[in-house]
Amino acid sequence: MSAEATSPRINYLNADYGVRSWLFTKDHKRIALLYLGTITVFFALGGLMAALIRLELATPAGDLLQPDTYNRVFTMHGVLMVFMFLIPGIPAVLGNFLIPIMIGAKDLAFPKINLASWYIFTIGGLFILWSLLNGGVDTGWTFYTPYSTSFSNTHVVATGLGVFITGFSSILTGLNFIVTIHRMRAPGLTWFRLPLFVWAHYATSLIQVLGTPVIAITVLMLALERLFHLGIFDPAYGGDPVLFQHLFWFYSHPAVYIMVLPAMGVASEIFAAFARKRIFGYRFVAFSSLAIAVLGFLVWAHHLFVAGISVYAATVFSVLSMLVAVPSAIKVFNWTATLYEGSISWETPMLYGLGFIGLFTIGGLTGVMLATLGIDVQVHDTYFVVAHFHYVMVGGTIMGYLGGLHYWWPKISGKLYPVFWSKLSALIIFIGFNLTFFPQFLLGYMGMPRRYHSYPPEWQVLNVLSSAGASILAVGYLMPLVYFAWSMRYGKPAPANPWGAVGLEWETPSPPPTENFAEIPVVVGEAYDYTQRNYRFPLRDHHEVAHV
Amino acid sequence: MWKNFPLFPPSASTLSGDVDAVYFFGLAVAAFFSLLIFCAVLFLAIRFRRRSPDEHGTPERAIVWLEIAWSTIPLVIMLGMFGWGAKVFFDLHRPPANATEYFVVGKQWMWKFQHPTGNREINELHVPVGAPVRLTMTSEDVIHSFFVPAFRTKADVIPGRYTTLWFQATKPGTFALYCAEYCGAEHSRMIGQVVVMEPRDYQAWLVRGSATQAVAASGADLFGALSCNTCHRADSAARAPLLAGIFGREIHLADGTTIKADDNYLRESILNPAAKVVAGYQPVMPTFKGQISEEQLLQLLNYIKTMAAAPAPQQAALGGTEAR
Repeated sequence: MSAEATSPRINYLNADYGVRSWLFTKDHKRIALLYLGTITVFFALGGLMAALIRLELATPAGDLLQPDTYNRVFTMHGVLMVFMFLIPGIPAVLGNFLIPIMIGAKDLAFPKINLASWYIFTIGGLFILWSLLNGGVDTGWTFYTPYSTSFSNTHVVATGLGVFITGFSSILTGLNFIVTIHRMRAPGLTWFRLPLFVWAHYATSLIQVLGTPVIAITVLMLALERLFHLGIFDPAYGGDPVLFQHLFWFYSHPAVYIMVLPAMGVASEIFAAFARKRIFGYRFVAFSSLAIAVLGFLVWAHHLFVAGISVYAATVFSVLSMLVAVPSAIKVFNWTATLYEGSISWETPMLYGLGFIGLFTIGGLTGVMLATLGIDVQVHDTYFVVAHFHYVMVGGTIMGYLGGLHYWWPKISGKLYPVFWSKLSALIIFIGFNLTFFPQFLLGYMGMPRRYHSYPPEWQVLNVLSSAGASILAVGYLMPLVYFAWSMRYGKPAPANPWGAVGLEWETPSPPPTENFAEIPVVVGEAYDYTQRNYRFPLRDHHEVAHV
Repeated sequence: MWKNFPLFPPSASTLSGDVDAVYFFGLAVAAFFSLLIFCAVLFLAIRFRRRSPDEHGTPERAIVWLEIAWSTIPLVIMLGMFGWGAKVFFDLHRPPANATEYFVVGKQWMWKFQHPTGNREINELHVPVGAPVRLTMTSEDVIHSFFVPAFRTKADVIPGRYTTLWFQATKPGTFALYCAEYCGAEHSRMIGQVVVMEPRDYQAWLVRGSATQAVAASGADLFGALSCNTCHRADSAARAPLLAGIFGREIHLADGTTIKADDNYLRESILNPAAKVVAGYQPVMPTFKGQISEEQLLQLLNYIKTMAAAPAPQQAALGGTEAR
């Protein structure tokens, strides 16, 4: 292919130099890298908190940290990981970088708003960092009332404001993606020719735009209640503490899909590329993303089955929660079927993709167990829930995120990373992850509650296994950090299409030029068509023909 | 650490077997589909591994019947799980009519219990084996959650309202009690135990205790001490509805709606009397918010419930003697 010939000397990375050229950039690819740097810092901090949690829980007695400190540590772990890493994660980094390229556009619809999103996100993050450095917050990332409004004497308002502010970044990113996907697709790129990564991000953006205002209002009410005792949530002033839980989960359950839908989009790209085959049941996979986005708004009260809601409400939310598992199952089955008669190469991104499908399947199925009322009563607020959502958010989202990073790193950096070390990291993460979180299912059914600083001695063996797994997992996460950084300087230059994959992002050099494409491509076929070429570059092709 | 290394909780209530059964079914479904996906993915990824660098896969169109099959089969299984789980959940929420009511007040960071006989204890609850026990629970401060893994049941304990939980222990023994809802610094020390005793031992334990009078009797004393009886009386001078038999009845309110007089309604009517006034009465009752503790409120409510059993004329006569 012509684009592979030579990379142009000028690309988005070296088009301009200096701090200003980054801080004032309007290039979606550079903004993606700004996000990558920022969320990596927050991920490292959140990971440090996780390490402290697992160290404390290696022994039954609460001996490493004071109870107050422990509570701040797990709260910060949750706040940082959820709001500062998992929610922005794939959309802000990979989505930002890839959506314009995948649809043959030069940038997002609103490049300045895109940059503003990063600033808003960073400012929100600074509020959270400020509260961390000044003693933190001890409410749990869920901020349940009335503990958060009237009893905690930590930095609830500052942290809440941080969450409030980062929410706007999320809304603006979602808005930007929706407009871009609607208005800026290349000629011939119809909806059903879009890569499934774009479909997944479209669905995610809908949730971001529709759901995030609810958490913003909720956190604002929380802050007002805390400052002025308005009587919204605290029964001492006539409020309803369970109302907070409804409002909180009305956003925070769909937020789970903000985290996992983009990872599903990555998985679709990886399975297509490393099976060299169109995703089986393309339309079913595409529409299942939308179905998840819609149904995801109708299941929030499954977090409240033991919070004194009526048994009839619980019944309705249980059955609705079952329904949301159907589109997820459709995706998993279609990915599996994609492998049939594929040409499967076991390269690093595919290892992460295979890890994703395995861990997400366990996360999803244990979610069905949690949606079952009779089971939830026993395991609600125990380590069973902790294990379940880590399987979804770490096993699903982070495996997807790392798989995506490994898949597109040659495009992003223009460099290749070491094959052996990257495959080893995928293996270490898979083993470390399962060792960390599988024992927690057993602990949960035995009744070990979440957020416990000390626990009965008979649960130590499983907790030690979990802590040991966490140390393996930490090694696995550090490795990509090292070899990606290494590759920036020492890695071999990447060709335009190192995997032999199909997709517009592979039609442009690695790293791409600032404007992505010298000319706007014309799309003439479906996504993932490995049997014939489905993109045309009229000028370039004409040029080639002229030379032949 | 390697001794006493359980993988499954003890089972000690009439419903714990039912919860375990639906749990094992859920586990079996999860394990079956996980293994199905794992094996299929591994088999296909090896069987169809790339053999030459330029090779590509053979595309197929979606097979609609297959898509429908792998959507509906899991759905049917999940609806089965839903139905079974809902049945168990309803059982967990329906205390038998003959259940004995105990009172639980959670606070940072302890559990306070009162037996119907008036015995009080902290972080330890003694109950007889084989008898249904119903807990009426509230919190003085933040949300807690009453969780006894061996009984497979749990309910949040929420300030400003009553929640209930019931169980019937099947064997004597001591079973761990945890607070399952994060409640602040000492959350992980808000633990205790439920001591299940043979009925005879339990009676002996009650007698050994320091209870001076039953909960309902304490409530009756409060009813007089707080002068509730000056308005809630049966004669023509009554300025407030007669409370005998009110518990569990449908009440017509001044705004035209009706409400069931349950624990939470009676609680609200004592703490915030103007909120839901009974039709035909003026909102003249003063609030008792801040004047009585959660324990006293529970005693008062328990007394009002026992009034339901008492024949109304007796109450009238009582009111009559005090009148004028």
